[in-house]
Amino acid sequence: MIRLDCPYCGLRDHEEFSYIGDATKTRPAHAGDASAEDWFDYVYIRDNPRGPHQETWQHIQGCRAFIRVLRDTLTHEVLATGLPHEDLSAKSGGAS
Amino acid sequence: MAEYSAFSLLRHALTGHKDWRRAWRDPEPKKSYDVIIVGAGGHGMASAFYLAKNHGIRNIAVLEKGYLGGGNTGRNTTIVRSNYMLEENAHFYEKSLQLWEQLSDELNFNVMFSQRAVTNLAHSDSQMDAFARRGNTMRLNGIDAELLDRKQVQREMPYLDFSDNARFPIYGGLKQPRGGTARHDAVAWGLARGADRLGVDIIQNCEVTGFKREGNRITAVETSRGDIGCGKIGFAVAGSTGHLASKLGMKLPIESHVLQAFVSEPLKPLIDTVVTFGAGHFYVSQSDKGGLVFGGDIDMYNSYAQRGNTPMIEHVVSAGLAMIPSLSRLRILRHWGGVMDMSMDGSPIIGKSPIDNLYLNCGWCYGGFKATPGSGWVFAHTIANDAPHELNAGLNLERFERGYMVDERGAGPYPNRH
Repeated sequence: MIRLDCPYCGLRDHEEFSYIGDATKTRPAHAGDASAEDWFDYVYIRDNPRGPHQETWQHIQGCRAFIRVLRDTLTHEVLATGLPHEDLSAKSGGAS
Repeated sequence: MAEYSAFSLLRHALTGHKDWRRAWRDPEPKKSYDVIIVGAGGHGMASAFYLAKNHGIRNIAVLEKGYLGGGNTGRNTTIVRSNYMLEENAHFYEKSLQLWEQLSDELNFNVMFSQRAVTNLAHSDSQMDAFARRGNTMRLNGIDAELLDRKQVQREMPYLDFSDNARFPIYGGLKQPRGGTARHDAVAWGLARGADRLGVDIIQNCEVTGFKREGNRITAVETSRGDIGCGKIGFAVAGSTGHLASKLGMKLPIESHVLQAFVSEPLKPLIDTVVTFGAGHFYVSQSDKGGLVFGGDIDMYNSYAQRGNTPMIEHVVSAGLAMIPSLSRLRILRHWGGVMDMSMDGSPIIGKSPIDNLYLNCGWCYGGFKATPGSGWVFAHTIANDAPHELNAGLNLERFERGYMVDERGAGPYPNRH
């Protein structure tokens, strides 16, 4: 069982959460200004790292807030959690 | 004469089975090869086998980080079918099924392909309509399909929940009689022996750690057993595709996810076919040893770990019990995880890459096993001719950029929903 530290509710089983996906993808701000390549990158292309991965989860059976999680995809270790806009990349510590 | 036959068995019995030739060599890597395939699973071995057999390329190495068939080839639920609707998928998977039908003969190795049929259950009128459409499309494509009503399903599979209080009553099902199962290890072993006899070097315990590049070409592969030069290179590494691509600075429309599979304790014969739940994700067949082999959804979050989590076990098992209540007292003997390369439209990517001499075979999602021979067949063609076969032309990498999805489920660009 993975346990996620929701910034609002505390440590909870991941079963309470819904996985949304890669948190580093930002939707192009305005459709008119974004190129087809920008949309292609946003919609389809993923870093898919083997190691620390910043991802969005939703505490669907708790506070329903979206949170950001830094998790190692090889070990499932949760390295940090935070608010959805927080960049957690500096918190990966010694993990690779 | 066939290497394996009743006669050879008898002959070796007389000498105490002491002089069987080893099934494949364990060679040291050469300085360079015309073609290097990364990944000695079913797809990698089939690619090497057909490169040698169909295209006359014999100077081939297949590099494997672990041992032959130790990845998803040894971790799947062994289901083979070709019940696809979309043009790009249907003909490709049908070719693969036709190759399965002759694979044991072709390899002189019993892959135990058993055409015991695959039936998908329907639990509503609209699902029956959708299955009628799928079945009709399949038949127009020359693929076998039969729409069963509730009574027909009950006659064939009386152990399903036909009671009045079934949470998801069974309305019928779509059956592909030529579908079935195969022995997954035998496929890897048979292809390995076949490829080895044609001169292919299978190099195990050889992890690819990097690449040497010149312009837009890969000139050599850096491995844990030294650098190996290559003319052309193909990736057939399933869930590790993203990891290997990252060593080339290449990003793909793929996420890696963990999928669990299960085997129950052995039973007397109960399920003589492959049957899948239509109101949740559950698929089951019975192995020749008697264990029920089953699986369900991926764990849903990105993962390169070859193990899953307990909530998904409960989720899969509850879907199974809704379908076959009599399984409730059965114990699970083993369960394990494999890493799926989930593509953005649920269909595979087999073709050229942005790098001149690199070819990709990835994005298999849940369904790589059934594609094993077909995948090798078209991937070998693509590598040998530097151009896709007509059967994989539509399964190219560029389709994402063009917005031309091959989305069999209509789930959209969410890799964990396919």
